[in-house]
Amino acid sequence: MNTGALGKTYHDGEVIFNQGDEGNCMYVIQSGQVEVLQEIDSRTVRLAVRGEGEFFGEMALFESQVRMATVRALGPAKILTIDKKNFLRRIHEDPSMAYHMIKKMSARIRQLSETVTRLENLLMESSN
Amino acid sequence: MRSADHHRSRGSPDLKLVDGSRVAVIGGGPSGSFFSYFLLDMAERVDLELSVDIFEPRDFSLPAPQGCNNCAGVISESLLQNLATEGINLPTTVVQRGLDSYVMHTDVGSLRIETPLHEKRIAALFRSAGPRGVQNSEWVGFDEYLLSLAKDKGARVIKARVTEVDRSGGRLAVQTRSDPPQIYDLLSVGTGVNSQSIKLFKDQGFDYKPPKTTKTAIHEYFIGADNIEKYLGSSLHVFLLDVPKLDFAMIIPKGNYVTVCLLGSDIDEALFQSFLKLPEVKSCFPHDWVGDQPDCKCFPRINVRGAVQPFADRVVFIGDSGVTRLYKDGIGAAYRAAKAAATTAIFEGISAKDFKKRYWPVCRAMSIDNRFGRFVFSITHVIQRRLLLRQAVLLMAYQEQRSDFSPRMSSVLWDTFTGSAPYKDIFLRTLHPAFISRMIWDLSNSFINDRFVDRDVLQTTSDMKGLRR
Repeated sequence: MNTGALGKTYHDGEVIFNQGDEGNCMYVIQSGQVEVLQEIDSRTVRLAVRGEGEFFGEMALFESQVRMATVRALGPAKILTIDKKNFLRRIHEDPSMAYHMIKKMSARIRQLSETVTRLENLLMESSN
Repeated sequence: MRSADHHRSRGSPDLKLVDGSRVAVIGGGPSGSFFSYFLLDMAERVDLELSVDIFEPRDFSLPAPQGCNNCAGVISESLLQNLATEGINLPTTVVQRGLDSYVMHTDVGSLRIETPLHEKRIAALFRSAGPRGVQNSEWVGFDEYLLSLAKDKGARVIKARVTEVDRSGGRLAVQTRSDPPQIYDLLSVGTGVNSQSIKLFKDQGFDYKPPKTTKTAIHEYFIGADNIEKYLGSSLHVFLLDVPKLDFAMIIPKGNYVTVCLLGSDIDEALFQSFLKLPEVKSCFPHDWVGDQPDCKCFPRINVRGAVQPFADRVVFIGDSGVTRLYKDGIGAAYRAAKAAATTAIFEGISAKDFKKRYWPVCRAMSIDNRFGRFVFSITHVIQRRLLLRQAVLLMAYQEQRSDFSPRMSSVLWDTFTGSAPYKDIFLRTLHPAFISRMIWDLSNSFINDRFVDRDVLQTTSDMKGLRR
């Protein structure tokens, strides 16, 4: 069955891209998991773990900025690259193709908002 | 939202889908399944309740010939990416082999070109459970998988062949042999050009004229996974050989089988057998292999010139029965057309005018691109027939891998063979002054250097560094 695997194989701990790298593609996880890590003040914080079917690195498709986090494989993972040019050409022809991504990104914003609210609460409690 | 009953009672229904509207889809292949999937998905987004019936007499969980849709079974890298972006990731139970490269074989040498990231971006699969006689297949056919996606969205599959379609009070009556006519608000036809169902629309008063077709030949051979790994690897093998009547040939490695696909005029079994005896082809198989008895074979027709007027009030023809891409990426074309038809039906309407406004531009873009495709393939045809040109093409692709030259020829070859980019893009890249001047240079080199290229030099693996568009 392994002959049918798509994408590129990354081994446990292997970096897919580093924070600060230039990016021109996003990625979709075909199998396995990855962790999203951000370095702040010499400390590494794990922002998220993404699993099969999820995408990451999507900001590079819409912004001309460097990668904001490092992503590395958490165990063996198969990752498919989505080219920026192919993506933008297809979105231009069929804007509805972005619907699935927008829906997922909306869910992530909701999750982030909940996290920010929890942190604000903790800060207020500690300052009181 | 107004209900379908409300509109029926008015006697002059709007040509729009409303809550309770019934949609019939003839054919449960990729175009029918994609159409049903996206129609129901988009209906859900706008809180529209539709009923979708897919008429498909075949059981895709069976091996060929019962469950097969007669296709080479290659999913292009652009379609794989588009589906992944839509949240559809092909499971390893469906993909027989992920492909990361192609090998171009000519009589003057072979050249292997890989993707820059060494990533498996092309999927080789079977449309059914596998070739004739396959037993205990661990894989699921692509058509069955897509149909299951449509069913999960709420489509109902009716295992019957449609025997008659008729206008009934403005709507469409769809009849099968076993059931009385059912009335539908919209009919989507995704039958393919090898189906008898396409003849149902001949004398129906539609302006629809079926597509023009040509014959292809597809043979499948069991050689075992180990032999495939050893002789073919995870590469698509394409052949540019000067063989009369043969335009293009391809060998696609799958799980335990290889699919050999030939395109050309009047391809028959004799041509197939002589192709298999060529040294360039034999090098792709075990030394003691004899290919005179394929495990499965078919000579399907493919759409080479799109249908005329593939829509009418309440009717839309998608996939091969409408307009598709010339020679390559037919499933990708089915995806684009099916989605455009579904988008039109949900957001625009189901009149001929609506389909002309929103669906037809997608078909027309493919038709226009196919004109460039015909030109690209006619150039390929000339290259096949001219030794010097074959040498120059191989030299140019080979040399640009070994230097810092932009891989112009490699990208042109890649996109032509894998169907990953529009033909217009490919054609325009060949007009670049750098492409033309290097081609002339390599042509001169081929001529001066005794007109023969060192075959060993070309038997090499090359990376397409920085190739992607």
